[in-house]
Parts: sequence; C-alpha cells; structure tokens
Amino acid sequence: MSDTAALALQLGDDALIAAQRLAEWCSRAPEMEEDIALANIALDQLGAARLFLTYAGEAANRTEDDLAYLRDDREFRNALLVELDNGDFAVTIGKLLFLAVFQRLRYESLAKGPDRRLAEIAAKARTESAYHAEHAALWTVRLGDGTDESHRRMQAAVDALWPYTHELFEGDAADLRRPWLAEIERTLGEATLTRPADGWAPSGGRVGVHTEELSKLLAEMQVLHRAHPGATW
Amino acid sequence: MSARATAAAVRDPELPVVTIEELGILRDVTERDGRVTVTITPTYSGCPAMDVIRADITAALHADGYRDVEVATSLAEPWTTDWITPAGQAKLQRAGIAPPAKKTVLTLTVRCPRCGSPDTQELSRFGATACKALWRCRACREPFERVKAI
Repeated sequence: MSDTAALALQLGDDALIAAQRLAEWCSRAPEMEEDIALANIALDQLGAARLFLTYAGEAANRTEDDLAYLRDDREFRNALLVELDNGDFAVTIGKLLFLAVFQRLRYESLAKGPDRRLAEIAAKARTESAYHAEHAALWTVRLGDGTDESHRRMQAAVDALWPYTHELFEGDAADLRRPWLAEIERTLGEATLTRPADGWAPSGGRVGVHTEELSKLLAEMQVLHRAHPGATW
Repeated sequence: MSARATAAAVRDPELPVVTIEELGILRDVTERDGRVTVTITPTYSGCPAMDVIRADITAALHADGYRDVEVATSLAEPWTTDWITPAGQAKLQRAGIAPPAKKTVLTLTVRCPRCGSPDTQELSRFGATACKALWRCRACREPFERVKAI
C-alpha cells in the first residue's frame, strides 16, 4: 500500500469509527436538539470516511464497503481515542473536542498538501470539522463552568481521555500538537477545567493494536454485511 | 430545453423551494457524442440527498429525451453557503428559511424570515438536515430554520 493510501486509510478509519460511536447516541442524547446534533456530526464524519476509504481502496481494487465491513480489528488504523466507549455525555464531548480540533488542523494542512485527491477531501471536510469543534467547545464550557456535578464529570472525562490524545500526533502530525494544545488549553481555561499533566501515552491504533472496545464496535457495525455479503439498501 | 436548463431546474429534495443551480451544487453540464455529463458537488460530505439528486437529474434528462446521462461528483471547489445565488437566498427567505450570511460579510443579527425582527435566538446549531440550524424569533414567537453558514 502506498504512503498516500495508508494515510487515507488512517483518516478514513478515524472518521468511520468516530461516526459509529456518535451514532450510538441516536435516540439517547440528553435533549432532543443534542440528539440531532450528534447524529448530524456522525453523518459528516461518515461522509468524510466514505471519501477517504474510497480513495484508500482504489489501488487495491477494494470498495469503501469492503474496507468498512470486511476488515478485522487488526487491520483498522484509527487512533484509540475514537474507539473508546462513549461513557457519559461529558466523555463523548471530550472525545469530540479533542478529535475535531485535531481533524480541523490536519485537514487544513492536507488541503495545502501535494496529493490532489486528499487535498480536495480535506478542503471539504475542514469546514465541517470546524463546526464540530465549535459545538464541542461550547458544551465543554457549559459543563465545565456549570454545576458542581457537571464540572466534576467534565474534568473526569478530560483526565481519562488526555493520555489518548498523544497518539493523534504520531508521525507526520507531530507539528500539529502545538496549535492543538493552544486551542484546547484556551477552551479548558474558559471551562474552568485543569489541563492534565502529560504522562502515560497509550498507542498502537495506527499499527492495528486496538482495545477490546473496537472489537465490540466492529461486531455490531459489521454483523449485517457479514451475514448477508454484498447487501445494499 | 437544453440539457443545461433541464438539469438546472431540478429541485433540491431537502430544500425544494430552490433548484440545484440556485443552491450552488450544479457545477457543469456538457454534451458530447450524445452523452450528457452533469457535474454536481455535495453541500456536506455526508449529505444523504446526493443519491436522490443524482436520480432526479437522470430522470429529468431522460424525460426530455436525453438517453445517455452521466452524473459525476466533484469536490473542488468545495461548496460553501456563499455558492447560494441571490435568487436562491430570496426564495429561501420567502419559504421561511433564513438564508445564511455571506462568510465575507460581518453580520450581527439573523432576521426572522416571517416578521423580519432582528430579535432572534439560536435554539440548536443543528437541524432537521445537515445544512440547517434551528432558531426562534422572540418578537413573533415562531421557530424557524436557518441555513448554517459554512
């Protein structure tokens, strides 16, 4: 697989697994407007995932569906952050904030990159990621600077997720950590939350070593296609 | 009608008051050796209406006698709300959907599309489709949709 296809696969898997996790909130979000918001964000992520996976599979003659439905966990290249269980609403918002700010920076950089297809997809997706990041930041501030209980939960979410953010900046994305931190620290500050110390930095998603949580997610996402190969709507 | 005019008159399935041309998602129509190629671009990467739009374009051209029709998708230049034409903006407004502000212009207020009051409030940054947010007017008390500015 070429470097470009490998990168497209990584970007597509981040978006696909994030979409699947967000979709789990459908009909379960804390309020009607948020239910619609999370489903809309999931749809944007799925749209980007389809474009990236279509591109990633072209050289090997594999379709977006082949890549989404017919790979096992060891073949997925998403970061661990996106596969983690949704937890409570604060964890979901924390995951979205960390991911969306990263995606926006990544897409901005790729939109100026040498590969035309990746640049076009990234230019399309970056405005969507910017909207997701704004939404997650609003909630982070509302929960962090809210009641004692919402503050406690938002801080717990940020603390639990922080170790998983390091993996996002592996390889080519290392330069993005500084602007990412600047933006995240500003939001956490406004939310009266404490920025956790850097320490444990779990890794492995980019080489296919995932948590058990991904296996369970895939079992649900792939069951229909595996039971009825080639099924379409 | 020319193939261009036929394709341009297809309505958006989610915002049926505007055509795909007014919405700014029709990018090109070419005719060569009897084949019509229509190029469109999605509003949002995951817009679920794209399949319906493709089918509607094909059906409209078939009905006008164009037998060989291809609908292609292009991402460049990416669609933003600035692609909505002035005629499209006016039609959205008349249908009770507040049009988006131009990204290049600083807009301080969103006016209610029903009563025109600037005393409005965003209820939800997301709405019934990927391209809309939910607002309400404090003057006439009516909720309304607004095309999200991106």
